[in-house]
Amino acid sequence: MQIRGYGNNKTYDELFSSGKARSGLGELSKFLKSKSPAELNALRHDAELTIRSLGISFTVYSEGQNIDREWPFDIIPRTIMRKEWDYIEKGLVQRLRALNAFIDDIYNDRMILKNKVVPEELLKTSKNYREICEGMKPAHGVWAHVCGSDIIRDSDGTVYVLEDNLRVPSGVSYMLENRNISKKVLPELFEKYSILPMDNYPAQLLDTLSSISPRPKDLPEVVVLTPGIFNSAYFEHSFLAQRMGAELVEGRDLVVGDDDCVYMKTVEGLSRVDVIYRRVDDLFLDPEVFNKDSILGVRGLMRAWRKGNVALANAPGAGVADDKVVYTYVPAMIKYYLDEDPILPNVPSYMCSDKQQMKHVLENIENLVVKPADESGGYGMYIGPTETKRRTSEMRRQIKSNPRNFIAQPIINLSTVPTLSGNLIEPRHVDLRPFILQSDRSFVTAGGLTRVALVKGSLIVNSSQGGGSKDTWIIDQPGRTR
Amino acid sequence: MLSRVAERMFWIGRYMERVESTALLLRVNTNLALDLPNSKHVWGSLIDITGDKDSFHETYQLENEQNVVKFLTGGETSSIRTALKNARENARTSREIMPREAWEKINKLHHFVENNLKTPLKREGRDAFLGEVIGRCHEFTGYLTGCMSVTQAFNFMKLGRKLERADMTTRILDIGCYNLNDPKHTELADYELLLWTSLLMSVSGYQMYRQHVDDHVNGEDVADFLLRDEHFPRSVDFCLDEVSECCEHLPLSDEPQRATNLAQRRIKNSNVIDLFSSGELHWFIDEVQLDLARIHHQVETTWFTYRNDSVTE
Repeated sequence: MQIRGYGNNKTYDELFSSGKARSGLGELSKFLKSKSPAELNALRHDAELTIRSLGISFTVYSEGQNIDREWPFDIIPRTIMRKEWDYIEKGLVQRLRALNAFIDDIYNDRMILKNKVVPEELLKTSKNYREICEGMKPAHGVWAHVCGSDIIRDSDGTVYVLEDNLRVPSGVSYMLENRNISKKVLPELFEKYSILPMDNYPAQLLDTLSSISPRPKDLPEVVVLTPGIFNSAYFEHSFLAQRMGAELVEGRDLVVGDDDCVYMKTVEGLSRVDVIYRRVDDLFLDPEVFNKDSILGVRGLMRAWRKGNVALANAPGAGVADDKVVYTYVPAMIKYYLDEDPILPNVPSYMCSDKQQMKHVLENIENLVVKPADESGGYGMYIGPTETKRRTSEMRRQIKSNPRNFIAQPIINLSTVPTLSGNLIEPRHVDLRPFILQSDRSFVTAGGLTRVALVKGSLIVNSSQGGGSKDTWIIDQPGRTR
Repeated sequence: MLSRVAERMFWIGRYMERVESTALLLRVNTNLALDLPNSKHVWGSLIDITGDKDSFHETYQLENEQNVVKFLTGGETSSIRTALKNARENARTSREIMPREAWEKINKLHHFVENNLKTPLKREGRDAFLGEVIGRCHEFTGYLTGCMSVTQAFNFMKLGRKLERADMTTRILDIGCYNLNDPKHTELADYELLLWTSLLMSVSGYQMYRQHVDDHVNGEDVADFLLRDEHFPRSVDFCLDEVSECCEHLPLSDEPQRATNLAQRRIKNSNVIDLFSSGELHWFIDEVQLDLARIHHQVETTWFTYRNDSVTE
């Protein structure tokens, strides 16, 4: 099949380098070139049928309506060599250890503020700081047990961490389903390469969750708390519950008793719950403390948590480190808490809260990406070169009125991966979201969810904004046949 | 098991059974209509079976073949499509409980039905379509029976299926009584044999009836067979025995069990032949339907509504 669109060398491609397959990836390139458009499209069709029959879908919120769409998948995998991955993995573990040390410090001794490594004002204005968490000491000093970090590669090949999602990161079920599908449609490539398996994630997650149970016993009752079927990640909540053999509960299934313990309502009566993997945002967790109108949460849940009768993952308040301004201090945190050099760099960022930096941002806004500090999913993002004059002046106004809420970054020309587009294979931009677990141990998924901007030239990979996904292969011992 | 999930299992059972029985009903009556000089009554009676006459008349005027088929396949309330949609919605929200393949079967059937109902269902393709729906429902049930552990989830689903089935059998039988006893329909009397036969076929019971009942097909024997036969899986008596068995395997089942026993006693102690000849069968069926509603109510209050009087570890 014809591979097109590789004329310029301004972008880093994960498979090709100046027209040739990168070292160890010859078989994949040969495979793509040897197949006719009809053959590859037939494979794509198979993949679509599989997705359909599995009922994999995500919900898109647009114009007030929920549309249940089947999830867009591209059959050509994204590849990373094992050797490079090992160092990325180390970097991710290091990062999450530092972030957890930071959260624990912030809600307790605040040494990092006292030592002026991070400015105190930062917390006062953080939307995700929760007073009610002050003085809490969760098991192992870990607040964010599950982290989804977004990493990207620039045109010179450097891998950066773009953001850390410490609240309720999603996407891991798609990562696992992607693997299942590509095994079905590309079995011969799995024969040729030694690809690291990733399906141990649910077992690792269950171990992580079990290890924070307040009642040390063999089989703690772990449940997954979902906002319900209308949540865009419901498929994933259900998927993980199923794979862990845990109950999938909604707020209305749980009740906090007079003894400040959490129980679930079963056909046999009330049954005690030890660990809640909650996929509900902080503010909806407990109407007694947070959003009074929330029907997604459980009245008294924070009481039970504060008394140590139930473990919550991620802990409430963990989002304080999941803020685009706090992000800029992560390299400093790594030094401060771990006394190590950061393995993975941050994307260079300008903080608008700093007058000098804000000035630079306002002057160069047309060449920058501006992000609200407290949004995720790409909402509210401003991409200089593609915006209208009107949006640009609106953005300038917003930055001036609330500088703390914005950071700006240079435009990173995300790396590309060959992607099937009609009867051609063309490069499309990608990022990668690996998932990192931490309790008394750490774990990183072998690869992650590769998100791909299916629109030619687009840099926006969010599934909520027209992105798709790919399977991610971490390849061991390149080229060797098994 | 979570009360909310138990409730969903129960409704998956009910709705999937409703999909199958509605398809069967339509299939048999399409055949019957071809044999009758005036098929008006047949189509009207199908609407009566659903107990949903009002919503039918919100959309349609005439109870003719075209409208009834539309209503029962793709309508908003008592149709195959709606029952399936509801089954799928319940299944989608409790996927972690069912074997994955069972969910896939519901999901695929949903897509199949949606695709086929995009254009009006013509008479030529109808039989094949309905046959496919019925077959896939059997696949679903067969898959559960063959591959799902007989746990609480399984028993709740089975409970729903058996209750729905008992209910549908009483409705179908009731329509038989109504059509043939109503003086307005005297012209149908000539076709009595044909009608009772098709009624048996609506519950896939013709062959079994022929094997177990010596006499030729007649109303009183058919009624007795459908209500009291101990071996036919769609007879009310048989379904109730299975409901009772499900209850035995579920916790705290005293009240649902009591309601089931009451219904069982009513059926077992009845003399259907007498009721038929005295024209009281319709009233009797009414009683049985109330019994079934009582069981449903007890199932709901015992297992699905939150109770906090017992704490277990």
